[in-house]
Amino acid sequence: MTAVEERPAPAAAPPPRRPHRVWALLRNSWRQLTSMRTALVLLFLLAVAAIPGSVLPQRALNAEKVVAYFREHPDLAPVLNRLGGFEVYASPWFAAIYLLLFTSLIGCVLPRLVDHFRALRTVPPDAPRRLERLPQFAAARARSASPADAAKAAAGALRKRRFRTVVREREDGTWTVSAEKGYLKETGNLLFHFALLAVLIGVGFGHWYGWHGNRLLVQGTDQGFCNSVTQYDESSLGPRLDAADLPFFCLRLTGFEAAFQPTGQPKTFEATVDVQEKQDGAWRPARFTVNDPLRLPHANVHLLGHGYAVALRYTDRYGDQQTKVVPFLPRDGMFTSEGVVQFPDVNIDPRTNKRDENLQVGFEGVYLPTVDPKGGPTSVFPAENDPVLFLTAYRGNLGVDAGLPGSVYALDRSQIVSGALKQVSGERPERLKPGASWKLDDGTRLEFLGTRPFATLSVRSDPTQPLVLGGAVLGLLGLMLSLAGHRRRLWFRISPGERSGSLVEAGGLPRTDYPGFDEEFGQVVGAARGSDEGTP
Amino acid sequence: MAELSDQLMAVTVLAYLAAMVCYAAEYAFGDRSHIGRAATRPVRQLVGAGVGGPVVKVPPAADVVTGGPADEVPPPDDAVEQPPRRDRGVLFGRIAVGLTWLSFALHLSTVVTRGLAAHRMPWGNMYEFILAVTLVGAAVWLGVLTRKPAVRHLGLFVALALVVLLGAAGLIAYTPVGPLVPALNSAWYIVHVSTIIVSSGIFLVGAVPAAMFLIRGGYDAGKRSFPYTLGARVPAATALERLTFRMHAFAFPLFTFGALIAGPLWAEASWGRYWGWDPKEVWAFISWVVYAAYLHARATPSVKRSTATWIALLGFATMLMNLFGVNLFFAGLHSYANAG
Ligand code: HEM
Repeated sequence: MTAVEERPAPAAAPPPRRPHRVWALLRNSWRQLTSMRTALVLLFLLAVAAIPGSVLPQRALNAEKVVAYFREHPDLAPVLNRLGGFEVYASPWFAAIYLLLFTSLIGCVLPRLVDHFRALRTVPPDAPRRLERLPQFAAARARSASPADAAKAAAGALRKRRFRTVVREREDGTWTVSAEKGYLKETGNLLFHFALLAVLIGVGFGHWYGWHGNRLLVQGTDQGFCNSVTQYDESSLGPRLDAADLPFFCLRLTGFEAAFQPTGQPKTFEATVDVQEKQDGAWRPARFTVNDPLRLPHANVHLLGHGYAVALRYTDRYGDQQTKVVPFLPRDGMFTSEGVVQFPDVNIDPRTNKRDENLQVGFEGVYLPTVDPKGGPTSVFPAENDPVLFLTAYRGNLGVDAGLPGSVYALDRSQIVSGALKQVSGERPERLKPGASWKLDDGTRLEFLGTRPFATLSVRSDPTQPLVLGGAVLGLLGLMLSLAGHRRRLWFRISPGERSGSLVEAGGLPRTDYPGFDEEFGQVVGAARGSDEGTP
Repeated sequence: MAELSDQLMAVTVLAYLAAMVCYAAEYAFGDRSHIGRAATRPVRQLVGAGVGGPVVKVPPAADVVTGGPADEVPPPDDAVEQPPRRDRGVLFGRIAVGLTWLSFALHLSTVVTRGLAAHRMPWGNMYEFILAVTLVGAAVWLGVLTRKPAVRHLGLFVALALVVLLGAAGLIAYTPVGPLVPALNSAWYIVHVSTIIVSSGIFLVGAVPAAMFLIRGGYDAGKRSFPYTLGARVPAATALERLTFRMHAFAFPLFTFGALIAGPLWAEASWGRYWGWDPKEVWAFISWVVYAAYLHARATPSVKRSTATWIALLGFATMLMNLFGVNLFFAGLHSYANAG
């Protein structure tokens, strides 16, 4: 217990500092009490402040859930929103806490760094007058060697154990050996705290200079995309970044393979792509999987999910054909998938070349990769063992010209409600197998050509990732050094024996809590004194 | 194999329960026990000496004091006085330890058969995760017990914690054997989850001396109402506190590695970002900050040891919150979050 109270970094040892003792004492106690306590309080605040982010939906994680929360709690949500409840980790109060904490950390660690440098350069202090007052003490033993030789032997034994050791000769013929070990503890502790700073800086800069975009990519050379903001379904750039800063590359999906357990649980996914990394450069093939992203020079492409895109060919009244390949979004683990296919530019009279807005066509439906033999409404297996497409046809005004960004995954309900868009197929959805064709009421024809796989990709760049990782690893190293190390001092006092030889006594002071110190002390003292012949 | 694992699991819980009963019996009958006495009395004398000042006198006859106070020999007086009662307590204690070893063996077989049945590491869902954490907890406890037999009285509480957690695993989180989802199919799955399991197991066992330190502290301060009466027979406060610290100091870097390095590395490879404030990540962060606060508090002389120990217990509460609360109430990316 005593060891712990002895903690303050500056030694309880001779070389006194120039400035007033009172001032030093004040500064010391301020550092001990205020800073550590402040750090404690701030750490707690940080932990508490992080909680709401796990309870409330967060915009950065799932914006739709936030919208849903607004719907369910119309009174509470706006208040929470103003308080930053849906963006906890970007909120000013969260930032205030960690910035204060890190200010405190700098204020705390810098002086300790200076102290530690000083401690590394100063030699261990001379032995205290009364060794028997120390937590560890070994009473005097007689040795036959002269004091000088005994001191040398003790110092040798200590140095062998990598103690920093100083031998001093006093005027009265007494020799003392001072030794200290465990500087790595403080080194590790400082390393740990500075590494935390590096991590914070890395995270901050990563936020400023990073970017990401999500993209659904259907297989096929006609479906590729190049890296630019407009090509992403959803994207965000760091505040210090411009759309023009995005690196160049193009991707197209050439294959996608998914394997499933008999239960329908997914086993493996693998996407194969062609990549072009330079404008007009060559395309090279590459493959990546769920845990193994495609690493490009300035971006990584991660595979998030997959599904089926439905290919439909529509032949209109004038015999013109159009083909569309449209992703249907999976609704469950068995890939019951929903989507719409819209043909706004059909049934254009070749004589007038004018589009009749009321002759636009849209199809809404469900795709089942493996249809339920018992007739259930959902797929029973995620792979395409027995695929069927169920479609409902609509004709009229799709409402896609109003200039409003409509969803590509659903028809505009208001057009149906207003009667501008009418259902033209029968009561029950039309059932189509791949290759089947369907004649609509007005003589036009729809063919279900088949499906192509699609992959949902997340493209990301975080330029400071190596810094953050490096900081974290160094931090862990420092943490282990700090928690495993023990700072301790040993002293030997060797006084001349009554007639000849010498008397050797020793004391030890653990400067941090160190339960095994008595054992080590025993061993070191035994080794340093030597199992000597000397008579007591 | 899967069925065998389920049956072994049931037997394991019963065996721990039996061990717990025996620990309790030692508790009840063994007030004069050799262990209880050795563990409490001499240490109090040492503490008394420590309070007086930094002077700890060492008899000149012995050059060096070795061994902790817990190893000290019991005073001879009562060794003759009440042999029958003493023996009964010790006997129950020995049986309890034997049963703990047996339970551990059963527990291990439960986990191994589960892994064999699933053809993978047995920590792919919440049920298996709890099974593994408690297995580590039991191993750590047996390790501590081997090195320091004097802490045997804590076994009652360790066994209690294991029975409760395993019961919860079986009742709330039971999941039939199944393969891994592709996202878990990675080397990081082994590294990340195993380190978190091991550190959680140590935190779990570390919470026991922490709680007992607080109870013992209340008992030493003269409190004699319910939880404090439990403090009568546990090892001395300083020994408990030190054990608490050593376990936490060991588990903390491991947890740091598992949750804050290996986890983000995997998340980067799998989800594209190393940290995304997913509920599971949030609570790992909270646990980490709270345990860091514990280490700070303990290193601060002006903060009482009991305050620091409360923080350690709070840390364990946040770990439990992450295990149960987050899995059951919050949806996130972590597929552990599918209980049963
Ligand atoms: C970002 C917030 C912080 C975290 C996560 C953190 C974490 C830790 C951890 C885990 C330890 C124990 C391991 C070790 O001994 O190295 C520790 C020790 C220490 N921290 Fe911090 N710390 C933080 C901020 C601070 C601040 C602001 C101060 C100054 C007031 C500080 C001062 C210390 C000191 C003096 C120790 C050494 C304790 C000892 O001697 O054992 N820390 N810190």
